[in-house]
Amino acid sequence: MKVRVALTVNGESREALVPVHKTLLEVLREELGLTGTKHGCELGECGTCTVLLDGEPVLSCLALPVETEGCRITTVEGMAEGGRLHPLQQAFAELGAAQCGYCTPGILLTATALLADRPSPTRQEVKNALAGNLCRCTGYTKILDAVELAALRMGRQEVRT
Amino acid sequence: MTKSDFAVIGQPLPKVDAWAKVVGETKYADDLFLPRMVYGKLLRSSHAHARIRSIDTAHARAVPGVYAVITGADLPRVKFGILPVSQDEEVLCTEKVRMVGDAIAAVAAVDEETAEQACRLIEVDYEPLPALMSIFDALAHPEVRIHEYGDGPNVHKSVALQFGDVDAALTGADLVREDVFFFEGSNHLPMEQHAAVAHWGSDGKLTLWSSTQTPHYVHRLLAKVLDTPAAHIRVIATPVGGGFGGKTEPFAHEIVACQLSKLTGRPVKIALTREEVFYTHRGRHPVLMWIKTGFTKQGDITGCHLRTWLDGGAYGSYGVASTFYTGVINPVTYKIPVYKFEAARIFTNKPPCGPKRGHGTPQPRFALECQLDKAAEQLGLDPAEMRRRIVAEPFTKTANHLTITTIGLGECIDKVVEASGWREKRARFGGTPSVRPEPPSPKKPGIGIACSAYLTGAGTAIYWNDMPHSGVIARADRSGGVAVLCGATDIGQGSDSVLAYLTAEVLGIEPKDVHVHPADTSLTPVDLGSYSSRVTLMCGMAAIQAAERLRAVIFQAVAQRLGVSPTSLVARERKVGVPDDWDRAVPFEKAVELGEAIHGVLAFRGSYAPPKRAGRYKGGGVGPSPCYSYSACVVELTVDEETGQVDLGNVWIAHDVGRALNPLLVEGQVEGSVYMGIGEALMEEQVFRKNLHKQPSMLEYKSPTTLETPEIHTILVETDDPEGPFGAKEAGQGPLLPVIPAIANAIYHALDIRIDEVPITPDKILKALELKRLGKPARVGPVKLPLFTFKEPIVVESAFGQPADAVVSRPFAS
Repeated sequence: MKVRVALTVNGESREALVPVHKTLLEVLREELGLTGTKHGCELGECGTCTVLLDGEPVLSCLALPVETEGCRITTVEGMAEGGRLHPLQQAFAELGAAQCGYCTPGILLTATALLADRPSPTRQEVKNALAGNLCRCTGYTKILDAVELAALRMGRQEVRT
Repeated sequence: MTKSDFAVIGQPLPKVDAWAKVVGETKYADDLFLPRMVYGKLLRSSHAHARIRSIDTAHARAVPGVYAVITGADLPRVKFGILPVSQDEEVLCTEKVRMVGDAIAAVAAVDEETAEQACRLIEVDYEPLPALMSIFDALAHPEVRIHEYGDGPNVHKSVALQFGDVDAALTGADLVREDVFFFEGSNHLPMEQHAAVAHWGSDGKLTLWSSTQTPHYVHRLLAKVLDTPAAHIRVIATPVGGGFGGKTEPFAHEIVACQLSKLTGRPVKIALTREEVFYTHRGRHPVLMWIKTGFTKQGDITGCHLRTWLDGGAYGSYGVASTFYTGVINPVTYKIPVYKFEAARIFTNKPPCGPKRGHGTPQPRFALECQLDKAAEQLGLDPAEMRRRIVAEPFTKTANHLTITTIGLGECIDKVVEASGWREKRARFGGTPSVRPEPPSPKKPGIGIACSAYLTGAGTAIYWNDMPHSGVIARADRSGGVAVLCGATDIGQGSDSVLAYLTAEVLGIEPKDVHVHPADTSLTPVDLGSYSSRVTLMCGMAAIQAAERLRAVIFQAVAQRLGVSPTSLVARERKVGVPDDWDRAVPFEKAVELGEAIHGVLAFRGSYAPPKRAGRYKGGGVGPSPCYSYSACVVELTVDEETGQVDLGNVWIAHDVGRALNPLLVEGQVEGSVYMGIGEALMEEQVFRKNLHKQPSMLEYKSPTTLETPEIHTILVETDDPEGPFGAKEAGQGPLLPVIPAIANAIYHALDIRIDEVPITPDKILKALELKRLGKPARVGPVKLPLFTFKEPIVVESAFGQPADAVVSRPFAS
């Protein structure tokens, strides 16, 4: 059975006609062409497919699109604004926090939610927040460094404005 | 050259592909969606060992939305395998399955669900055969043959090599230790599951996009198994979402996608599930080891004898190479005057093992480094000082005829000892309760050390040939941009970036001016693949050669224009000119125009093949490398006496990388290696129960998260190796090796218990503590060895201590 879903993704209204059991992950990737969201297990175990739902990290492989109607969905494609990278994206690129890059979108979005909640997290708080996102390349070191750098820069930005 | 002479080299620059990766633009194989594309699924065996009596696909074919159903009967009857000596795999099994997960049939359908549904309707009639699930089972049942080839019943490969009189060396030693170790297998667990998209065009030409580390080998193999001219096949390696050795050989799903595309006339995608990735495997071999080493009172090694038994799984894979690698690299770190090595790889009915980061070397490294720790204690020596004393000499040969060039291991040891506060902590932690006040916490601190070496690229290709191992074409255009074409595959290690940095450095332009076009067999010169830590060195040398040839022509043209000698010119800051007359320097794009006007199209080739230094004995081809990297690692941890829980506090690792072309990338490789070593030391295991993988999911297969990963303190040591591009050696694999024994040695330091097998899980620690309480030897580890008679060894004179050859054949060198 197919259903029509109306989603708000990265600030845009999108519609799709999809089988009711298709996951948000599948719909984002296969129907809406947003392949920046990746999959590592499709069982809710690795954090790779994380997107934001009204600012909260959600595993898109476990979410059904019908449940997300009326919510603001943010994927990695929606992080940069007006051609300017999000400070997290900038810091991840500068510090080598993305090696193969496959887990990167999920981690960036999880970190976005963390910094919205706690603008100056301790390293342990960053570790706690990212504990559900596996990365097999980096040993997490550069990822933690990049989140800290982004937090610092975002804090400074706020002071300036 | 000194660091200050470089413009790009040594700078902590972002990777050239970093920007695409942080915005989600990078297209991995499963991100490709082609018009009219259909989806393939494989039916996999549910039996570990069985004869196939019949396969009935009629019901599957009848499912609406199914475009094609194939079995092995629909493919050329050709077996394949990555190594020419182990052609033992069928794309789709026809007569027999040898493991749960063997592919038997495949479906192409309108979507994955329909393909899965059709697969479930394929009826296979099996005649079960006894499943041999361990080395012991396989050797105990020679009447059950998994394969009909090899070095004996269920013995894939048996090796015996002797360099010098080891028995005499052991007899003359002050201390002889005999120890037994076991290293459990583990999966690479890349975040990206393998995926492939095939399109067999109406022109009869095939294109395969695949998440592979070795497009060239896939290309060669497709021609063979599909009985199609290689000239009509194009393989494009998409950016790989983590490899670690798991995507280094051709797989059934890649070949099946091609065949299904041929039959349907449509592009076909096959993406593996996580469970399929676990069963596809080719990961770390479980290895049982016996090691006997002689020592003098001062801690010098008099000789070493190592035996290894590898649980190979159901197919050959890289197993012959893996078998050699469990023995040949150990002698590269320390002075080992005589050496004997015997090994056997045994077939079992499990997914085949192959190359995982460190390929065959972490296991014997674990054995040797734990044994050194035990010997140091018996001899009353500090384990760091003992290692420092026995570090091998630069520009000498090992007992097994490997050539060591630069070796920064001594400096690595000094650096981690210093940074970690080794001496003070070694005295304060551990020891017996009588010499230290018992702290109230059940968490006991310990600190341990270990070292390692790894090759910077295998010295020989997997098939014998006289061609380059790496090739690069550098093409300058009138825009001032330079295109670099190279078969290298970026698996996250940064090979695209390294190619850009080296080209930019030589030509005096910015990395952004360089456009790297990698891993496309129709466009790029062959590179053998991203394995054996070979890419930075081999592609790097080829890139430098190509860029220098391009630069020479540009210099000639600019020299003519300026009326100066070409030798007076330099290229820097996007200009070419005479340093003392820089105002007249010609912008790079203008210099290209001048060059093109004289020489025509500016496209230049670079080729690299390793120096020919293999020992002249059978088996001497595995182990030689242009140069070796070195690492030393200190781990500080606590072990909870009540729960057996190990908490890692800090890891200090110093790595001799020759030269850090980009320190940020090198640190990233070292940190990633340390992380992966931690997983193998403490939790990861690819194990089987009732013929099935015990935990084929990312939740149950434990791997370290941010919470289990300690602070990693990376120290880079530079030795400027004459073999490497601007002196660089490898960094992607070697630093994994010392982490595992360093953890085991730290646990011993904390609690006086020896866990002689990995992973070191809490249950093993509690078991050892219980033995200690009962007054028994506080050791947990293997207690029996297989009954196996190795063949008579090939006896070769030890080359230990001989100087490196002054003259070496270097094909394609400028």
